[in-house]
Amino acid sequence: MLLRRVIPCLDVKDGRVVKGVRFVDLTDEGDPPELAKRYAEAGADEICFLDISAAPEGRGTLLDIVERTASQVFVPLSVGGGVRSAREMRDVLRAGADKVAINTAAVDDPSLVSTCARRFGSQCVVISVDARANPVVPGTWEVVVQGGRKATGLDAIEWIERCVASGAGEVLLTSIDRDGTGEGFDIELLQTVTSRVRVPVIASGGAGSPADMTAAVAEGNADAVLAASIFHRDIHSIATVKADMAAAGVPVRITEEVA
Amino acid sequence: MTDRLRVAVVDYGAGNLVSIRNALGLLGAEVSVAETAEQLDGAEVILVPGVGASEPAMGRLRRQGLEGPIIERVRRGTWFVGICLGLQLLFERSHEDDARMLGLLKGDVEMIPDAPSLPHIGWNRLEIQRPHPVLGGLPDGTPAYFVHSYVPVPADPEVVVAETEHGGRFASLVATERIVGFQFHPERSGEDGLRMLRNTLELIRADRPAPAEVMA
Repeated sequence: MLLRRVIPCLDVKDGRVVKGVRFVDLTDEGDPPELAKRYAEAGADEICFLDISAAPEGRGTLLDIVERTASQVFVPLSVGGGVRSAREMRDVLRAGADKVAINTAAVDDPSLVSTCARRFGSQCVVISVDARANPVVPGTWEVVVQGGRKATGLDAIEWIERCVASGAGEVLLTSIDRDGTGEGFDIELLQTVTSRVRVPVIASGGAGSPADMTAAVAEGNADAVLAASIFHRDIHSIATVKADMAAAGVPVRITEEVA
Repeated sequence: MTDRLRVAVVDYGAGNLVSIRNALGLLGAEVSVAETAEQLDGAEVILVPGVGASEPAMGRLRRQGLEGPIIERVRRGTWFVGICLGLQLLFERSHEDDARMLGLLKGDVEMIPDAPSLPHIGWNRLEIQRPHPVLGGLPDGTPAYFVHSYVPVPADPEVVVAETEHGGRFASLVATERIVGFQFHPERSGEDGLRMLRNTLELIRADRPAPAEVMA
């Protein structure tokens, strides 16, 4: 039986981690590979880098970060943010990433998912979807891009089904309504998506407590939970989250923290 | 042991070699990349990684002139370590695309039976079927990271060291004589995975021929 994953997400801008990550004894607090290593030692089942660099120069730096991380971190590494073509995906994979998440680029060009899945395999193509609840029609969600600023008119469920049919091997599902609120995941959204696709779904947006993460898995049927600030601010450790999940009967990978 | 174990990682365009090269380097092996048969010369271990489908992978091995030399060397006693697709290629036939493979082990490669989801991606447990040095120090149920849809079905159950359940059960770690095959990715399985790789390298080192000079 697959174990449920806990994934810390690091926002990277121009080669540095932004959003304060707090580990007391780090020599360089903003260095992505060092933070990734620390999270891996703390029991992260996978590390996610989200590149939020606006300038193209930031992209080259990202490849360097992925390379340096892959040389010292031996858990899966996912990279998202700004990958716009099969060529860019190839570069990120060659640098050592295991998976690449595509978001806006897939909305702009839906054939990108199938192109990348054919070339690199479904296992490394993650469709990242930012969904916003439709206030008019309850139980439906719309795909938004650009951090929620731009609506697309696409129905999130139909869009996800279409991407999975095109070869996406995993869904990174972010509730824009909950993102950054710490009020818990959108369980209804998770339940709807997990009941419609057979590929793993990663829950994102809204984690405020270990109980929220357990609920995303136990009630929302998510395969993995992704969170940023809850871990970075050291409010809850990965071990605490996993202990809560295990107590609720969720199968997780318990590791001994490496000193 | 003084000199480092010489490992040739076979590059046949089936997935990237970054993580496995990094992991082996970290563990002190002397890692080279082999794209041709000549580049296998001097290697004590042939390591075949890989993700993807069997038929194109076998096609590339043949075009690069590697199929025969790999079979020959392994029959003559060179160690073979296969990871994921690299393990599957050891067997005779794949039901995925009816590919004929290396045939160093008896059995076929089939889709995971009764899988609730495919591909099988993520962490799952190794259920130990028999003790083996590769799993030295690791308890039953140790988690490992998987990315695949197909699995080997060895004709000889004796070669199975560990099994994993995803709907149906399948062989996730295979070992016999000088062959070790991981269906999962030890280079992506955290500290436990590195330990399995370290154990594998130590096992191979211990098998090195004794020095030629005989003590008087």
